[in-house]
Amino acid sequence: MKANSPWVFLPLVGFVLLAVLLASGLGRDPQELPSALVGKPVPSFSLPSLMTDETLTQDSLKGRWQLLNVWATWCPTCYIEHPFLLELAARGVAIAGLNYKDESDPARQYLAEHGNPFTHVIVDADGQLGLDLGVYGAPETFLINPDGEIVLRHAGDLNARVWKEKFVPLLEQNQPGGEA
Amino acid sequence: MAAEIGHLSLWLALAAALCLSVFPLVGVQRNILALQWYARPLAWVQWLALTLSMVCLGYSFFINDFSVAYVANHSNSALPVAYRLSAIWGGHEGSLLLWGWMLGGWAAMVGGLSRSVPLAMVARVLSVMGMISVGFLLFMLLTSNPFDRVLPWFPLDGADLNPLLQDPGLIIHPPMLYMGYVGFSVAFAFAVAGLLAGNLDPAWARWARPWTTVAWSFLTVGIALGSWWAYYELGWGGWWFWDPVENASLLPWLAGTALIHSLAVTEKRNLFRAWTVLLAIIAFSLSLLGTFLVRSGVLTSVHAFANDPERGAFILGFLIVVAGGALTLFAVRSSTLTNNKGFKPVSREAFLLGNNLILLTATFVVLVGTIAPLFFEALDLKISIRSPYFNGFFVPLTMALIVLMVPGVFSNWKRQDGRVLVKRMAMLAPAAVIAGWFGSRLPEPSPWQGVLAIMLALYLVFAHVDDVVRRARAYGQGFFTGLRKLGRAYWGMVSAHCGLAVMVAGITLVSFHEVERDIRMGPGDRASIGEYDFVFDSLDNYQGPNFDSTRGHFQVSYQGEPVVILHPEKRTYHASGQIMTEAAIDAGFWRDLYVAMGEPLDDGNAWAVRIYFKPGIRWIWLGSLIMAFGGVLALSDKRYRRLRFANGEKEATNES
Amino acid sequence: MTRMLRIVFLLGISLSAMAATDIYQFETPEQEQRFRVLLDELRCPKCQNQSLADSDAGIAQDMRARVEIMIKEGKSNDEIVDYFVARYGNFVSYRPPVTPTTSILWLAPLLLLGSGAVIIVLLLRRASARVDDSDEGGEESDMNQRGDR
Repeated sequence: MKANSPWVFLPLVGFVLLAVLLASGLGRDPQELPSALVGKPVPSFSLPSLMTDETLTQDSLKGRWQLLNVWATWCPTCYIEHPFLLELAARGVAIAGLNYKDESDPARQYLAEHGNPFTHVIVDADGQLGLDLGVYGAPETFLINPDGEIVLRHAGDLNARVWKEKFVPLLEQNQPGGEA
Repeated sequence: MAAEIGHLSLWLALAAALCLSVFPLVGVQRNILALQWYARPLAWVQWLALTLSMVCLGYSFFINDFSVAYVANHSNSALPVAYRLSAIWGGHEGSLLLWGWMLGGWAAMVGGLSRSVPLAMVARVLSVMGMISVGFLLFMLLTSNPFDRVLPWFPLDGADLNPLLQDPGLIIHPPMLYMGYVGFSVAFAFAVAGLLAGNLDPAWARWARPWTTVAWSFLTVGIALGSWWAYYELGWGGWWFWDPVENASLLPWLAGTALIHSLAVTEKRNLFRAWTVLLAIIAFSLSLLGTFLVRSGVLTSVHAFANDPERGAFILGFLIVVAGGALTLFAVRSSTLTNNKGFKPVSREAFLLGNNLILLTATFVVLVGTIAPLFFEALDLKISIRSPYFNGFFVPLTMALIVLMVPGVFSNWKRQDGRVLVKRMAMLAPAAVIAGWFGSRLPEPSPWQGVLAIMLALYLVFAHVDDVVRRARAYGQGFFTGLRKLGRAYWGMVSAHCGLAVMVAGITLVSFHEVERDIRMGPGDRASIGEYDFVFDSLDNYQGPNFDSTRGHFQVSYQGEPVVILHPEKRTYHASGQIMTEAAIDAGFWRDLYVAMGEPLDDGNAWAVRIYFKPGIRWIWLGSLIMAFGGVLALSDKRYRRLRFANGEKEATNES
Repeated sequence: MTRMLRIVFLLGISLSAMAATDIYQFETPEQEQRFRVLLDELRCPKCQNQSLADSDAGIAQDMRARVEIMIKEGKSNDEIVDYFVARYGNFVSYRPPVTPTTSILWLAPLLLLGSGAVIIVLLLRRASARVDDSDEGGEESDMNQRGDR
């Protein structure tokens, strides 16, 4: 049998590379969208507060480590997430709220009924701040550092597992012994 | 009881498949004719067992047996019978059963229709198909069993078939598509069998070719049906989205088209054998890859079935065994395939080589564009790829392909006089340019890409007409007698190529000249596109078998004359609560008028209505059907019918 | 769905609609055309691979409204796409960015085409040298042969 040209192995090699690539994709969620704003400051805004008469700006998200939770009364998953937020707030975690494309009266009523874990709530009635933040649904939670920069964005409900796996490592990295 | 019988039948099919994979090959290896002989009956047994499984699953759907998980997830007692039965392939597990059943069917048919093929070859081919069956059956039995029961707490009624699937399209699109996907396994099996044999019989291509052509035809129809279905069902008038699942069907089609042409060269001149074998392996591997992409959750798609990494891992493993195994065999054995015949640079072989290169590049573009997001994700870069990328390549590639098709059809095998060729091509060009120039100004002037596309499409058609006329006359017995003497294979080629021209013309027309309007309309309002007027007459509600509908009535007129009344709907399905947009389409040869209701505005007093004018869109599917018809014609050529009587080698030289 | 370049019917389009009002109102047909093109090229961040034109999701509606506003403000197509990419990442555009890393998307097929062409040329030379008139295979020396495949 005459010797093969080494080129005949090319299809096989190409296929193996393809298989490796496909294998790497298994188990990953193709829908998961990393935030484009990680490492960037919170976009500037000037919006009313839900609970008080003041106007809130991006400065209200500076000065300490805090979460920014995007929620609305029309969002069923937010109901599920709410008790965990209350738990975090009780542990001393600062959580700011972003009431996203919602109506203020039902929102206030909701907080009155189910508890208010938020230090302050920004009213984003038309969703413009959400758009600037790259929000595409509710609930979402951002982790913001004292300089007002976004460190992490989690889309979906915040629960104990997500908190431990995604948020705690970042917090501990930056303030050892901090809230956990 | 039916589900248990169906399940047991799958195990029986697996047993048959295992025997089929092993014994005939042993028989070939050790020259035991009896074992080789068993290949055909084993293939039949496998298929009969699979048929029993299909019947059992269908029966479970028919009697609304919601204790079977698959039935509970995809059916409902209010679902019309036709959809209850086609729901068999409405979900992951059942569609796998369809795959397996068709694979068994093809194997049985290969067994039945291959009397003129030497037994050893048949044994090898069926064994390979048996091995593939083993993979699918294991996949079903181990991870995706359609017969699993939900006991003891089974639902009183099912979750209903996804409303998007409650459509005649479901009844026909998947079966056609799968016939194509699965059909390429035959070419694959022939390729692997040829490699195993260690020396490729000159008649090999003649055996493999009809199977490949028919699979290709089915796939063509399947893809066209999918496009047509998406067009009227998805509500926004698109006919191709470069969605990963759509791309998954296009990949084997492109490779399959290259394969058909390569097989032509191999059959005719016993050349390109290694390449043809490789293409056959690639085409089927792409079918399997498509299966993987659709079911593994690796890519995002509106069409995706299951998103289960575990199942994905199984298919990937299967793909690695099948494709990896075949490609390794190819690498090791391909030296047995080389041939030392020659041909000149201007010859049909040369042009077909060019055709293959273009089709291969097109396949590669689709593959890269589909898989790339995965690749870049590994580099932490999340990107999206769709029309801009694909069209950017496909448009020039298609034009180049058409440009090569004409000299390919005109040229002789082995050597073609270049000057004669150029003269012939040049003679036809002016007619195409002039007709194309005028044609592309309808309904109004197109940009240069459109003009070029129409000119090329016309050139292709004129070239074939010219070729038909010359060949018919060449018999010297009068034009019509000559026409009748032209073989069906030849007519098949003419038809398929002209089908492509029609399709390209349709795509060009609709891409450059469609008009869309998004309008807020309440009853009494009127809108217009060109000379067409649409008046929103009224709105009413009615109840369907398993849905509630709000229906609009639109009076359409052209230049004041009434044309049609269209009834778009917005349906809410009871079982799932899903809301569906049913577009109303007035289909015409030259144009479609398309009206769909978007969202209700102003508390239901008005609607956001989308109105489209789409010229030439039907030509896309018409062209595809003409292409597929060409494949069928080629199959019925007399040289295949003669295979029933004579022995292999004698046929190779005289007829073609 | 492709909308490469499109020429909108100038007769009777925005001018003759009587009671019905366009949902997206533009001053010129070019603006409307740009709108359609952008809606096809921007991806809904939430859906299963749908463009802004195809999707009904809330975020898609917001994005469409923003695109409309930005076109009227006179922003160019590139600026509009950049706006969304800054907020949602490259994922949101169906036109992948052209960077040294992503350039492989375009280079790979071109490389294949190029190397394939080279290989074909080499093959043709070798095949040409091997031509001799003694081998069979039904070659036809002129165009007047019967129809065959």
